[in-house]
Amino acid sequence: MGVRKSDIVLLDDKGIRCDGRKIDEPRNIMIKAGVLKNANGSAYIEFGENKILAGVFGPRDVHPKHLANTDRGILRCRYHMEPFSVSERKNPAPSRREIEISKVIKEALEPAVMLENFPRTVVDVYIEVLQADGGSRCAALDAAAVALADAGIPMRDMVSACAAGKVADTIVLDINNEEDQEGQADMPVAYMPNLEKVTLLQLDGVLTPAEYKKCVETAINGCKIVYEIQKKALKEKFFGDSPQ
Amino acid sequence: MDDIKRKYVIPGDVITTGPYRAEENVNLVGDRMIATTVGISEIYDSGVRVIPLTGMYVPRIDDFIIGIVKSHTSLSWELDMRSCYPGILPAQDVFGRDFNPKVDDLTSRLKKGDLVAARIVNFDRSRDPLITIGDRDLGKIEEGELIKISPSKVPRLIGKRGSMIQAIESATKALITIGQNGYIVVSCEEPEGLLKALDAIRMIEEQAHVPNLTEKIQEMLGSNSE
Repeated sequence: MGVRKSDIVLLDDKGIRCDGRKIDEPRNIMIKAGVLKNANGSAYIEFGENKILAGVFGPRDVHPKHLANTDRGILRCRYHMEPFSVSERKNPAPSRREIEISKVIKEALEPAVMLENFPRTVVDVYIEVLQADGGSRCAALDAAAVALADAGIPMRDMVSACAAGKVADTIVLDINNEEDQEGQADMPVAYMPNLEKVTLLQLDGVLTPAEYKKCVETAINGCKIVYEIQKKALKEKFFGDSPQ
Repeated sequence: MDDIKRKYVIPGDVITTGPYRAEENVNLVGDRMIATTVGISEIYDSGVRVIPLTGMYVPRIDDFIIGIVKSHTSLSWELDMRSCYPGILPAQDVFGRDFNPKVDDLTSRLKKGDLVAARIVNFDRSRDPLITIGDRDLGKIEEGELIKISPSKVPRLIGKRGSMIQAIESATKALITIGQNGYIVVSCEEPEGLLKALDAIRMIEEQAHVPNLTEKIQEMLGSNSE
């Protein structure tokens, strides 16, 4: 039914997608906070088939020293895919794509982290993609935000991210790998749910103005679903099962 | 005390709305009080604050801290105090006013790895915190076991008017020195007392958010002593 010729049916007559989901249904998401002992904060996320680990250090001394900022802290971010994260071995050296994703994740987290409280320091965010499926930048961002909160770094709000896109002429939530390859558009969005602000918006593909609007709305709804799961992960780690 | 409302919060949670003053770890957006860290929020008549459950030590003037000597220059020592900034201990503070960097060797007094009980005299974030040992009960710590807990759990370890720490000290005959930065030194003549005190501190660290912890600790110390 898709517009492009493909063996996969991206969306059937009943509105069911290639992996059995409905159009407004995200993949299964599981987040666990505080999984690493040596990092100041950490989180592990399973977002569909994505498996991503995030570790946070800081605020700490900046090395090399010339990068330090005298009136605020800086944020550094590294998104890295393991050689075994994709079906064909990936060269572990940072690729063009990884450098770009590191940059956009950093810029999506920066509005949330209160770096002005820690001049002359750095907060380092390391993200390791153990297994990649579509939408790994959103999943990485979700894990990074939980790891930052786990490290106790002051944040204006959590950052939740989710993608939406256009598949078989329909706007759907949370694009997976097949839909990313065969679909018509992919739009990752990061959102601060309480401040109601978008911190990341990318778009790969072509949308009409009406589709664009719907796509943003769909993605923001996805972010709200992710936010609840992030909240649950943090509460589980810090408050256990004790009552409110 | 009773009219304080407490709630578990994570960053971004709206604690309350209305005319309150935003204090520690609270951000005011419009009329909403938003938590900026994971912790327990408290609303009392004048303001709203969040007691953090995780995070680094933020130095405050007059805090008593325990530092570990990391390195030294010709004029000062640098101490690790579990903060994002190193504590600066000037050599003059230890050697006195006639300190001469050409003659006096800093390692003769404090070496790398030494523990120091100190107080913060100045800190304004534009410079590293300045600390001193020129006061009563301050100086190099000669003996004891170092244990590290989260700085946010220090008030719990001390307890109301020192009740928790007194309970542990009297049950184990240990001497416990608590730094506000979460570094604690326990010394005790008897090895059993030392182990018991360390266990109690670890238990407080794990169960800091549980109510009636002082009784639980007393119970644990009491049952172990038989």
